[in-house]
Order: sequence, then C-alpha cells, then structure tokens
Amino acid sequence: MLSPSILSHLLTRLATSLLTLVFASLVVFSTLEILPGDPARLMLGLGASEDAIAALRGQMGLNQPIILRYLTWAGHMLTGDFGRSYTYAVPVRDLIAERLAVSLPLALMALTLSMAIAIPVGLFAAARRGRAPDSAIMGVTQLGVAIPNFWFALLLVYVFAVTLRLVPAGGFPGWSAGIFPAFKSLLLPAIALALPQAAILARVTRSALIETLSQDYIRTARAKGLTQTAILRRHALPNAMIPVLTILGLQFSFLLAGTVIIENVFYLPGLGRLIFQAITQRDLIVVEGVIMVLVAAVLLVNLIVDLAYAFVDPRLDIPR
Amino acid sequence: MTFATARRYAFLALAALFLGAANPATARSDLTLAMVLEPPHLDPTAGAAGAIDEIVYANIFEGLTRIGANGEAQPALAKNWDISPDRKTYTFHLHQGVKFHDGAAFDANDVKFSLDRARAPDSTNAQKGLFEAIDQVEVIDPATVKVTLKHPSGDFLYSLGWGDAVIVGRTSAATNKEKPIGTGPFKFQNWAKGSQVALARSSDYWGAKPALDKATFRFIPDPAAASAALLAGDIQAFPSFPAPESVPQFQADPRFKVEIGTTEGETILSENNARPPFDNPKVREAIAHAIDRKAVIDGAMFGFGTQIGSFFPPHHPAYVDLTGERKYDPELAKKLLAEAGYLDGFKTTLKLPPPVYARRGGEIIAAQLRSVGIEAQIILVEWAQWLEQVFKSRDYDLTIISHTEPNDLNIFARDDYYFNYRNPAFKTLIAEISATPDGEKRNALYGEAQKTLSAGAPVAFLMQFPKIGIWDAKLEGLWKNYPIPANDLTAVKWAE
Repeated sequence: MLSPSILSHLLTRLATSLLTLVFASLVVFSTLEILPGDPARLMLGLGASEDAIAALRGQMGLNQPIILRYLTWAGHMLTGDFGRSYTYAVPVRDLIAERLAVSLPLALMALTLSMAIAIPVGLFAAARRGRAPDSAIMGVTQLGVAIPNFWFALLLVYVFAVTLRLVPAGGFPGWSAGIFPAFKSLLLPAIALALPQAAILARVTRSALIETLSQDYIRTARAKGLTQTAILRRHALPNAMIPVLTILGLQFSFLLAGTVIIENVFYLPGLGRLIFQAITQRDLIVVEGVIMVLVAAVLLVNLIVDLAYAFVDPRLDIPR
Repeated sequence: MTFATARRYAFLALAALFLGAANPATARSDLTLAMVLEPPHLDPTAGAAGAIDEIVYANIFEGLTRIGANGEAQPALAKNWDISPDRKTYTFHLHQGVKFHDGAAFDANDVKFSLDRARAPDSTNAQKGLFEAIDQVEVIDPATVKVTLKHPSGDFLYSLGWGDAVIVGRTSAATNKEKPIGTGPFKFQNWAKGSQVALARSSDYWGAKPALDKATFRFIPDPAAASAALLAGDIQAFPSFPAPESVPQFQADPRFKVEIGTTEGETILSENNARPPFDNPKVREAIAHAIDRKAVIDGAMFGFGTQIGSFFPPHHPAYVDLTGERKYDPELAKKLLAEAGYLDGFKTTLKLPPPVYARRGGEIIAAQLRSVGIEAQIILVEWAQWLEQVFKSRDYDLTIISHTEPNDLNIFARDDYYFNYRNPAFKTLIAEISATPDGEKRNALYGEAQKTLSAGAPVAFLMQFPKIGIWDAKLEGLWKNYPIPANDLTAVKWAE
C-alpha cells in the first residue's frame, strides 16, 4: 500500500525525529541544570540541618558531575528506564504511565468531541456564507475562542456537579473503578477542553471550505448539476482537510500536555499537573522524563499528520 | 408503557422506598477529606512537607508520645515514663502486644532503631534538631527503653511527639516512603498519585478502635475546585480550606460546619538584620509601626487570622499579648526613620514566595511602607528560589513567610538563621527555657522572651495563620486547631 517514495520519506522523517530527540534531551537537561533551587533542601524544609541535606543529595545522586549524570540518564532512557523520582521515590516511567492513562484518553475524548462539533458546524456555515446563520455561528465561535476554558470549566462544574449532581465535581477514580465512572469523571473536562478547540477548528474548516469553493473544479461540479450538499461533502471537504489536519495535530499536542489549568480545576492526575508539580518541587528527573515523552509524542503526531496529508491529497505523494 | 409494566415499576419504586427507609440506622463509616498539597512521599521521618503528617500522623504512625488537639504531649506507644531527678534519664514503659501493619511485633528494639536512625550522621530527618539532646538509647527489656540526655531538656517529651519522631519498624523503615507501615489505628491501602491516598481501619490495633473504617485523602489544589467539591458532596471535609473568600458562603449553609482555629504559623515580614538599613534598630522599629496588621489580615486573608505582636501563638498558655506595643502609627514611623537618618525614606526589595498570604499581603505591605517613604520593589519568587536565595544565601532585604513549625521561638537565637539577628540576651533566655521543665517558671521565661523580641523588632510580626476547617455538619471529631501538621482521625465519627 505504501509507495516507495512514501517509505523513503518515512525513513528520513524517522531519522530527523531521532536527531530532534537527542537534541531535545541535551537542551532539556542543560536548561534544567541552571534552574535555581536544590531538591534536597526543598524536601527537608526550614528546620533541616546542613548534614541532613548533604546526606539526601548524596542519596539522590546529585553530587556526581553533570556530564556523568547526563550520560547515565540518557543511557538508561534508551533502555526504557527513566530514572527514579527525587520526591516520590518511584520509577519515573511508572509515574508517566499512570498520568498518560488519564491524559491520553482525555485528549482523545476532547479531540473527538471537538471534531464532531467543528466539522459539521464549519460545513453548515460555509454553505451559508455571508447569510444570517453564518454570521451567528461566527459570533458564537468568536465567543468560544475568547472565553477562558477554566472559567467555562467552573461554569460546567456549578451546573452539572454542584447543582444537578449528575457528575462528580472533579477527581479521577482510576480505570480500575470501572470504565463508566472513569469516563464520567473525564466528561466535563473533555467538554471544557473541546469547546474552545471546536470554535477554532470550526472557523478553520469554514474558511478552508470557502477557499476551496472558489476553485475551478467546484464550478465544474456545479455545472455538472451536483447539489450543493454533494459538492460540499464530496468535492470541497476532502480538499479543505489539509489546514484542518494541521490544526488538529497542533491541538492534540496541546491537549496532551497543555491542560494543566483544566487539570487543576478538576483536580485530575494528568501529565500537565505532574510536570507542574515536578517543576515546583525541583524533581528535575521527572520534568526531564515527561518533556522527553512529550517531545516524542509531538514528533509522532507530526509524522501521522504528514502521512494523513498524503492520504487526503494524493498529489503530495512525493514529498519535497 | 402498558398498564402492567407501569404497575410493576410503581411496585419496584415503592419497594425501593421501603427498603431504603428500613435501612437507615447504620451510621456512615467512611470519610473523604481533602488537602491542598499532595505529599512528596509518606515517610514523616524523611521530609518536612506538612502534607505527609496530615495523612499519616496518629493515623498510620505513632510515636512514644503524641501531640493532642490542644498541643499537649500525651502518652502514645509509651504508656508512661519515669524521669530521673537530674532530668537527664527518661525510662519509657511501652504498650505490649502492639503490632506493625505488616504483622511484625513492636518492642523496645524498634524504639532504639527509630531514634538512632533519626539522629545518625547519614540521617535525612528534616528535624534532626529534635534529637540533639539524646546521648544514648538503651533497651532494658522488650517493654522498657532508657533514653539518656546530654543535658536536661524541657521540650523532650514534646519533641518525641512530632511526626518526625514516630516509631518505624526495622524491616519496613526503608520502604515507608511508598508503603508506610506503622502501628496506628489505620493502615495504608493505596496511593493513586496526583489523586488520592486511601486508608482502612487496622483490625489488630492495640488501642481504642476508631469509628471510621475507611478514609480517603483527596488532593485539590485549586480554591474554586475546593468549594465545588464540598458543595457537590464529593468530599465531606476540608480541614485546611484554601479559599478564605468563600467561607461566608459555607457559614450561611446549614449543611456545613465552619471552624476557624489557629495554627503554629507565625506569619512575619522578615528583615535582613545584617544588611543596611535593617541593621539599624530604629529602621526596624519604624517598619513595625508602619504596618497596619488589621488591613493586612482583612485584605490578604479576608479577615481570618489573629494579630500578633511577637513570635508566639496566641493559643499557648504562656502567650503575652504585645500587639499594643508596636501600634500602627505612620507618623511615628516617619519620625523614627528621620531619627535613623532616612528623612526621605529609602528604596529596598520585598521577595514574595507563592502562597496567597504572601502575595496578597505583600502588595498591601508595600503600599503601607510607601506611605512612610519606603519604596519596596516586589520580586516574586518560587519556593525553590525562596529557599535558595532568601533562606540559604540570605540574599534579600524583606520577605513575607509563615513559620509553621511548633515551638520555634528559638530560631531568633540561631546565629546562622536567615534573619541574621544577634541578641545575646535572647540567646541566654532560650537556653534557660530549654533547660526548664514545663510549668510556671518556664511560662514566665517564655513571656520574657516574647517581650525581648517585640522590643528588639528583628522582624515585623503580622499574624497567626488561621486554620479554616469546613466539613459536613454531621461530622464530629476533627481538630479545630493545628498544633502540629495532622488530620487525626482517631476520634472522628458521623453523628446518628
């Protein structure tokens, strides 16, 4: 199914991705080194004696030279060992896995929801370009882009959790508590995350569609006597997918890690909060691990989006 | 819906109603309570985070003594003790038949192990100072331990009640961070990181059984989420509620009980006494008079918090009210500044750590200082930076911080502390206090120490930090005050 040119493109992309990862690991490690603050002092607080702090630094392996620590860390990471958290004293890999079990489904739910809303709305608006429904939709999406998602989240909590008591106000019971309770607790956060994204996506879909609608082949299709709906669905939409896919890729990367505010409002144990906590506690090894996973995820998503371009537009088969 | 099915549903609904009504008598025995911060780990002997003790203290771990709801040292694993006439030897008589949650038996060897471990050279105990007086720990027999001190210490029994001094098992000590094993009435169930810690009643507890059989601690950092979680009934208690601005809403709601208590958190505007112009006592006095404490408490804490005039908690029997000594008086402040040679005031910096009391309070204090001619430039820092720059390197002019350790008046007697305050008379007083047993004489000395600090004005004393507790109106037994970091669940129960 994959043509040779796509395959070679894929290999080049993989190689550059690996280089990016190595480069990122260097940048991440050295940047965090210059961050002021000693994790040992932070853990032992105001009453600690200097020798207790020194002993803890030794235990954490912080007394070794930086080059040695980078090599150990990077070497272990190749084997899938992300090291041990300074504060939690458990493997970083387990921490990340636990958090991904929340962040990944949440991001997927939000993305699906955002697509399910945005694409039909974009189609609807594009088909009625310049008329009242279009203006109304553009106004609403403008509002959706402008409203801060945490405020919207609080509103959702007060209506659906505090007043109607349909869903919990926050927290995550874990997947072990059953699919339904876990799903229920991710519902409001997913909606809060999805709506602003849907607003952006709907606007992008609409303008991409409007642009394709001015193309020659659309006129031809119209001349053939196709209905407006058929033109939109069969001819315009697939060709408008490229900008939509680009935005979707960006949104997914954002939803995976940039959701710390929403995670705070719903006190969800996601990746965003893990990295935020780790930074304030100077749990540098966790920060480094999470960033590397995120860099890898972004690279992967970009790769997938790239392949998807080729899928929706066969002309892009041979990449430049 | 046919008539028959409708009738069947009606019957089912009725049945459910009757079953529900017939079964209300069993009192509730589970509790979900919330905390703002998640602990880094669960070993109270290896970290300063109050959040560790707020889960494990008195619930999972116990010490030889324990601190009660009013801050008094009480017997715990030691049922009683004898003190030698020179007050240097303590013989503790231990409870027998006590077991750790992993089944290991508790005896005198665990006591020796725990105390020796805490004061060892490679110990990572955050409060090693507590064990400073100990010279030797000897096992007399499995139920008796003799502790010899280097010098008499009036605080010794109290120090043993801290979370940092709990007794850990010889086989489980190394893994307490992840899987805490203690002798307490609750045992650790699991910890969903970032989310919650669950405890369950221990079936073979040596003492009185607690009424709760399940307790879950949830971590809710966001103040708005904290209110929502209480209102939605997801949690039934928030013992240290983070949003003073939302308290009136709960006070007006009969479903909730609001208890405003005190903590050991003396909140102060610290001054770098080694750095001009703060090395001049007149400047420090001027600052003390330039601050309107009430405005700070109203503005930063929505009126919750108690004014203090020295470094001592108002709930302590030895407390002396010195708030009248340094009254808010901007004119006097200006006069003192002029006498100190700063007729036109001066420029300085104010470093503020993240907590809301510091950030909000800092804005108000900067404005108050400005009105007497002191321009304090605000610099926001994170915790790690605060510890590094202010606390360790002492690179600061002014900062706002709550000193939450109990019994910490002696920090003003430490030469190497970040205040850079040197007062030989105060040091003598602290040494005397430490060697004096509890009682009238000690309290009188405490009073004198408070007055010395108020007079010397090493820092500006602002307020005693409040503990705002909000919980379900039917819940009983949670602590009103915060004498040490703890959420003691041993006496908590649901009213019928």
